[in-house]
Parts: sequence; structure tokens; C-alpha cells
Amino acid sequence: MQENERAATNAGEAAFPDKAAARNRLAYMECEACGEAYYYPRPLCPFCMSEETRWKESAGDGTIYSYSVTQKADGPQVLAFVYLAEGFSILTNIVDCAAEDIAIGAPVEVSIRDDAEGRPIPCFRIKRGG
Amino acid sequence: MSASERAYVSGIYEHPLRSAPDKTVPQLHAEVASGALADAGLELGDVDAYFCAGDAPGLGGLSMAEYMGLRLRHVDTTETGGPSYITHLNHAVRAIAAGKCTVALITLAGRPRTAKSSGREARVYSADAPDLPYELPFAPSMVALYGMVAQRHMHEFGTTSKQLAWIKVAASLHAQHNPHARLPDVVSVDDVLASPIISTPLHRLDCCVVTDGGGAIVVTAESIARDLKQARVRILGAAEAVKHQGGGRVDLTYSAAAQAGAEAFAEAGVRPADIDYASIYDSFTITALLQLEDLGFCDKGAGGRFVADGGLVSGSGRLPFNTDGGGLCNNHPANRGGITKIIEAVRQLRGTAQAAVQVPDCELALASGIGGSLATRHSSAVAILRRD
Repeated sequence: MQENERAATNAGEAAFPDKAAARNRLAYMECEACGEAYYYPRPLCPFCMSEETRWKESAGDGTIYSYSVTQKADGPQVLAFVYLAEGFSILTNIVDCAAEDIAIGAPVEVSIRDDAEGRPIPCFRIKRGG
Repeated sequence: MSASERAYVSGIYEHPLRSAPDKTVPQLHAEVASGALADAGLELGDVDAYFCAGDAPGLGGLSMAEYMGLRLRHVDTTETGGPSYITHLNHAVRAIAAGKCTVALITLAGRPRTAKSSGREARVYSADAPDLPYELPFAPSMVALYGMVAQRHMHEFGTTSKQLAWIKVAASLHAQHNPHARLPDVVSVDDVLASPIISTPLHRLDCCVVTDGGGAIVVTAESIARDLKQARVRILGAAEAVKHQGGGRVDLTYSAAAQAGAEAFAEAGVRPADIDYASIYDSFTITALLQLEDLGFCDKGAGGRFVADGGLVSGSGRLPFNTDGGGLCNNHPANRGGITKIIEAVRQLRGTAQAAVQVPDCELALASGIGGSLATRHSSAVAILRRD
């Protein structure tokens, strides 16, 4: 299911997100017709429906827009929305952080992790020292 | 064809059960349909339109039409999550006005309590949902998603957990008078704050109940309604809207109710200050807070102060809300609160709410619902009802 959905984005560049992930980078999409950066990835632009869309690599810098902490058997899990510097928001997890470091507005950087099936997923961690 | 015939809510029924392990979901649909038709004084053969959503099993409207023996000339299976039934009410008004039907039946039923459903788990609506690969790995449980809405509201507007707790307290003060309420005990602000955090900043008592059961509504054209036994409740205005992340431009500070509410009020020709009673969807306390602001009962950001200190308590507060105890204390059948919101609004307009919570001379009521997830993609449906 995930395989099909990801392969459906932008013919010929299906491997782009995995290649980016291998270098600890987040892949997003940008529309060449209207110039909007968007997420989640899909072949037609959600701003103008153009098919002239392409993969881009994010610098990975963002800030926490909001978050919620849930205590689980294997420790706290932090669900969050992060706004990237490129202008789009992403639903994600904040990882490797102490509860007191998490705050709305806190600067974060992308950290690619593996999900339960071993697939790379873009998580974020708190940026240290500005 | 009569031009733009008016539509009325003529029958209502809320299933008395909150746990129904020995009944099937189709059976519950049929039981609530039967109850609402009896309430209206109508019979099976009078129904010419049927409305249901994703909780109806099989091929939805077709399977349930066969099961119940409905003979239809209009069917609508619009699925917009929890408020689908308020959306159906809106659609029924249009279908009646267009002459496509005269007696519309709307049903909701489910058994999430028996199925041990929980808001602590991420909800997968279908395996091929386009968002799934980009969201499910991050374990977006319902409570955590709504927790993010509450967290942002606190950040932007200074809303507090104590203020949110007042929404639950008001619901519990009403639920004590409802003999069918899942949680009939009155709770205090301190009780809410002392209940365990599920996902910050939401406590266990900020979350609605999980119940089996259901409800049904019968909507009729004026030509039918005028001969029925119940006090006439006219649908003055209704509207719906959808809001989502917009390609990665998430804004958790407002809901689709801002759009749907404005449209419903414009159609009804009334203002929020005119409303005597409001049924406000309360999957979580924050859900209700956001709607109260977006519907215009208070300014954006002022919801916390609006609900605090008993602002929603019938008889003493600014705006009597959810006098059946709402989803927070009474009933949230099939994990969907839309139909109970209409049912209690109609009870208030008929003057048949529980005596202790009945709004005196209740003439104008509103029912508002939010479905899906406020944080990702959701629908709003709003209806404004008047006692004729």
C-alpha cells in the first residue's frame, strides 16, 4: 500500500524520497506552474492541479507549530506539526528530546528514522545551540 | 411540484442502550428507525427517502433499505464522519424543497463499545487513503490529534485546562438528569484535572464516551408535517463545509464551522445571540470550544472565558448546551455524535427535554457537528431549528 502510493508520485523519480532519506534529507514537492511547495507528496498540485510538479529536498529546518505528548509502554511519543523553512507543514514525531525541551516555536531539524516496517520516515529533533 | 416546500423535523429517537453486545448493527438501525417513525406518527410505507453514512453496513443505503423494507425514490449516503447526520438534514431540506421526497429517514447505529474501540489508536478509514503513508507511521491517535489543537489554542489565546474542564463539568451537570446517560455522575473542575492525561494537554475526562447504540430522525415536507402529532420544528437554515491541511498550510486555530456556521445563520436570517439552546459536538472539550468561537457565540480566542464558571450550564449560564449530557457524558453512538445533537435540540424546542435542564420557552436552537479530525481533515455541519 505504501509502496504503491509513493511510486505514484512523479513518474520517473519514484526513488527520489528514498535517496533523500538515505542522506537524512526530507523530500517534498513543488509545483513548477504556481511555485507552491506542498506536502504530503502527490503528482497533481493541490494549489492549481498542474501536473508540472517535481521533488525537492528540504534543508530540514523548521519550528514546532503544535504537539501532543502521549506516554506509551516504551516511553513518551510526541506527535507534532512542524513548519519547514520552505513554507509547508508536516505531521511528524519529535524524537530524542526531553519533555521540557518541547515547545511551540522551538527550532527543530529533520532526523530520518525507520518505522516499524523498516521504512524511512521523517522525524524531527530539537536543534541545540540555535 | 410545489416550489421550495419547507422541511420539518417530525420524528426523533435515541436508542436507550449504551452497550448492545446482543444486537447487530443493522438491527440497531432498524430499531431507531422504528422509534423515530413512531415518534412522528408515520409508518414504514410513508418513507420515500433514506439517508445514512459509513456506519451503515454492507452497501450502506441499499443494504439497509432492503433490511428495513424501505421503498425509496431518493437515497443519500453522504459520509462526512461524525456530523454526517446533520449534513443529511441539510441535504434532506434541499431534496424536499426540490420535490424529490416528502418523508426522509436518517439513521445512525454502531457498537464501538462492544468492539472495544479507543481514541488512543490511530484510525484507518481505508488502506488506500492517500495521507496514510505520510501520517500513520507517526501514530496519530484521535486524542493526540485533538491534543495538538488544544495545545495551539492555549499558546495563541492563553486558554487553560481549567477552562476546558468547565465544558465537561457543564455536560455532567446536565447528564445527572438523563436516566440513560453513560456517565451520570456530576464532576468538578478538579476531577477533570485530576483524571489521567491521555495525550497532552487532554485528560481522560476531556474525552467523550464510547457507546453502542444509535439514533434516527424523520424529516418531512410541510404538506406532511402539518397533519402530524408533534410540535412542528422547522429547519430554518443549514450548511456544511470541509477543511483540511491545504497542501501543508495547517492552521489549528479555527474549524470548518466558521464557514458552515456563517452560511447557516445567513440562510436562517438569525444571529448567534438569538439562539436559545445549542447542541455543540463534543468529541473532546476542545472540539466544543473551537465551534463556540467559530459559530460566533464569542470572539475568536475568547472561548475559554465563555465556557468558564458554568457558562454552558442550563438555567444559569450564557448559553445552555448539550442538555442531554452530550458526547462527554451521555452518548456518542458509533463514535459519531451528529444525530444526538439534532435529537436534543428538537427535544428542547418541543419542551420535552428533562425538566431540570429544559430551557424555558425555547424557540430557536442550533445543532453543530465536527467530524474526521480537526487537526488533519474534517467536516462541519450546522443546522438552525425553530419551533413554529
